[in-house]
Amino acid sequence: MSTPLLKLEDVRVHFPIADGFWHSRALKAVDGVSFELEAGSTLGVVGESGCGKSTLARAILGIHPPTSGRIWLDGTELTGLSRRAMQPHRRTMQIVFQDPLASLNPRMTVGEAIAEPLRVFRPELSAADRRRKVRQSMELVGLLPNQINRYPHEFSGGQCQRIGIARALVVEPKLLLCDEPVSALDVSIQAQIVNLLMDLQKEMGLALLFIAHDLSVVRHISDRVMVMYLGKTMELADRDTLYSQPQHPYTQALIGAVPIPDPVREREKEVTLLSGELPSPLSPPSGCVFRTRCPIAQEVCAQSVPALKPAERSPAAVACKFA
Amino acid sequence: MTDVQTTSPADAVAAVTDPTQDIAGRSLWQDAWRRLRANRAALTAVALLSVMTLLVLFGPMLSPYDFDYTDWDNVSVAPSFASGHYFGTDFVGRDLFVRTLEGGRISLLIGVVATLVSLVIGISWGATAGYLGGRIDNVMMRIVDILYAMPFMFFVILLMVFFGRNILLIFIAIGAINWLDMARIVRGQTISLKQREFVEAAVACGVSSRRIIFRHIVPNLLGVVAVYVTLTIPQVILVESFLSFLGLGVQEPYTSWGALVNEGAQQMESAVWMLIFPASFLALTLFCFNFIGDGLRDALDPKDR
Amino acid sequence: MSANNLLEVHNLRVRFATQDGEVEAVNGVNFSLAPGETLGIVGESGSGKSQTVLAIMGLLAGNGQASGKVVFGGKDLLTLGSRELNAVRGANIGMIFQDPMTSLNPFLRISTQLTESLVAHRGMSKKEALARAVEVLDAVHIPDAKNRVHYYPHEFSGGMRQRVMIAMALLCKPQLIIADEPTTALDVTVQAQILALLDELKRDFGVAIILITHDLGVVAGLCEKVMVMYGGQVMECAPLDDIFAHPRHPYTRGLLRSVPRLDGAGETRLATIPGNPPDLLHLPVGCPFSPRCPDVRDLCRSDRPLLRYQDADSARACHVPVEELT
Repeated sequence: MSTPLLKLEDVRVHFPIADGFWHSRALKAVDGVSFELEAGSTLGVVGESGCGKSTLARAILGIHPPTSGRIWLDGTELTGLSRRAMQPHRRTMQIVFQDPLASLNPRMTVGEAIAEPLRVFRPELSAADRRRKVRQSMELVGLLPNQINRYPHEFSGGQCQRIGIARALVVEPKLLLCDEPVSALDVSIQAQIVNLLMDLQKEMGLALLFIAHDLSVVRHISDRVMVMYLGKTMELADRDTLYSQPQHPYTQALIGAVPIPDPVREREKEVTLLSGELPSPLSPPSGCVFRTRCPIAQEVCAQSVPALKPAERSPAAVACKFA
Repeated sequence: MTDVQTTSPADAVAAVTDPTQDIAGRSLWQDAWRRLRANRAALTAVALLSVMTLLVLFGPMLSPYDFDYTDWDNVSVAPSFASGHYFGTDFVGRDLFVRTLEGGRISLLIGVVATLVSLVIGISWGATAGYLGGRIDNVMMRIVDILYAMPFMFFVILLMVFFGRNILLIFIAIGAINWLDMARIVRGQTISLKQREFVEAAVACGVSSRRIIFRHIVPNLLGVVAVYVTLTIPQVILVESFLSFLGLGVQEPYTSWGALVNEGAQQMESAVWMLIFPASFLALTLFCFNFIGDGLRDALDPKDR
Repeated sequence: MSANNLLEVHNLRVRFATQDGEVEAVNGVNFSLAPGETLGIVGESGSGKSQTVLAIMGLLAGNGQASGKVVFGGKDLLTLGSRELNAVRGANIGMIFQDPMTSLNPFLRISTQLTESLVAHRGMSKKEALARAVEVLDAVHIPDAKNRVHYYPHEFSGGMRQRVMIAMALLCKPQLIIADEPTTALDVTVQAQILALLDELKRDFGVAIILITHDLGVVAGLCEKVMVMYGGQVMECAPLDDIFAHPRHPYTRGLLRSVPRLDGAGETRLATIPGNPPDLLHLPVGCPFSPRCPDVRDLCRSDRPLLRYQDADSARACHVPVEELT
């Protein structure tokens, strides 16, 4: 078997939170996540706010280096690398952000914004070459290259997201981290961007780490899906398995909670409402973090943390004692 | 490139039909400038201030008198065109027209220079502290706090006693106090900018800290800074006037608006012109700066109205 | 339209004067709502859905100007003075906003915020008002309401805060609740809780609801009638099942096709509506959807189609006959 493009092993990201003057507590944003991502494939990461999915992307990029655990990109271990040693690897992975307008510097033209990664990674390029590359990249994502001198505020949200994608792809990365790339967009524009990402993936052989809270979008674009809750992986399975036979009670609740745009099905749907809300990540429940809201929780769930293990009834990996 | 000012979205749509032609963008600065031009009060203030600047620079040439020349024949005379003393003279016979403009020169100079000093120190200090954060930020901002706690008047008097009265000292004294505010404002802005996604995007692709500060953070700070500058200049002018009023400011025979108002106030009952002219010049300038500041704020931040 | 409607909106228009020109946010909106009925207003950003209800409530921003007629309880709300309008708003219409944190005063206890209007408008004693406050908090299933009524807003979680907002809207036993994207800021599992709550209130209290959302799924679970807006105009209005089973406007069709669905086939390309959302400063002369419409005709570019009723309940604004739509 070939080496995966991206491999995470027990990655943890803990933030110290001041608690009084002298003490600090750890906020476990990501707590022991492992997965592998093959070149050219897509892993969807879903979870609600505060589950650590965005922090996960920033850990991989080295914006918030992991507290412990190991990350390999294309066979090289990234964890432990200095800022300088990390630099050449940044070219292999690029990120697309949630808020398209906020991810662009309002004082820079589109051309300058897209050219920025080129300045860093291809300093040998002449200004003319750089500009040519920027135009190519704009064309690739469906922007008119003659818009190169305009400013972000002159574009709509969907177009800004295209600019963000062009900026990420101009250095031809192998991995694109997408942090909720469509959740700030209108429904009709979402579909455009999702299609664009899928086309680009095919064309460039990109691997995607697609982070979202919208289960339907993730289902559409992913080969495999990872469900996170309070920094931990609840379930990891290939797409069809996860959506047709969800094993973890949280996955089941999450899928059940998505309203279906079809009144007939919506009326027939049996919904098990989860009680309560996400506990504070500063003091997560003991044992299984989901147990406080879990419909099938029992006493054992409070005692030890369930490991992510192959499920009995499906080919998924599930972190639940009863799956 | 095509003309920038006329590029409205409608024009842009028309221009798309010619895909070989690059469309010129309209930057946020151009947008702000357009809004500022639509603001009549701010525009009038800019015009008045320009006239005022020209006047204090070249006005003294219009008068036959020097600012320190004593006209013994005309001591404390009222304004008259016949004598050439357009604003009258003071109690030692010096021409008030020339002295008012001369004083304006000093007042404006102090205002601009002291603000520039505070601008340079304040932006670099604040942006560095804010961007680097952590312990460095803590130490840098505690230094600001300590300086802030020093009694300003005491500091000025101390300087005067040690080094004697000197216009340079006034620059230093005022600049040294004003950059503290600027540093705090810039630091706050930097911290909020640092968390914006476009800075994160730059970090993610390995742009150097220096380039991030100067290409991504500082240009986005300038709006706030510009507004603050227009409000700092009048503040500095007022502080200088206050110092002069206390007799700690500019030294004779040089003068400033503050010093003139001080003298005028003492002669208010006998020679009211000595108060009215410098005071109205001072007030007019302060008004202008405040209107420009307001206009800039509206122009740069249209959402906040 | 019948006389016993709770709310009737006739030819509502909203204009905003901005520095860059006049913005036509809402353009001739008509609809009616019977007591106890639930209407969903669906639209994307710039569709004018929020401005429509803000105009109904008299809550437009200072540079906005509403015209037309909004008849509620026999009175035209647009002609009322601010005092009378306040009385109607306080007693008969409740409003729920997207972000509960910005609509609650962080410095006041929930009890103060809930009892204030009861004491002022209803002349209740403090004690009665507090009892009523606890009652509504119970109705929205806030556990331990008796004690929690004295909490500050920040002591509640996001979903609980939205429940408090709903409780506040229910306080004066309104006949109509207007909910502007009430679940957009919430997580899916919490959204499901809040939607279930709204459904329950509809049944238990017989209150009419106008639900504004961009999410077709949310509408499908809660509403009886749906109005689809685009570029400040109503594109289509029909009973819930009809909108989803037989959409009769190209925009509605495009919207329904472009939503990725949990129950549909995966992997295939999503259908898209090409182009960008409308620029309200430069709306097309004709149909606002014409630049993106797959069925566009010459007539669509030059003449704005009017909303025409096909039968008592459904209406569409389109020049192209239903049979000829793709």
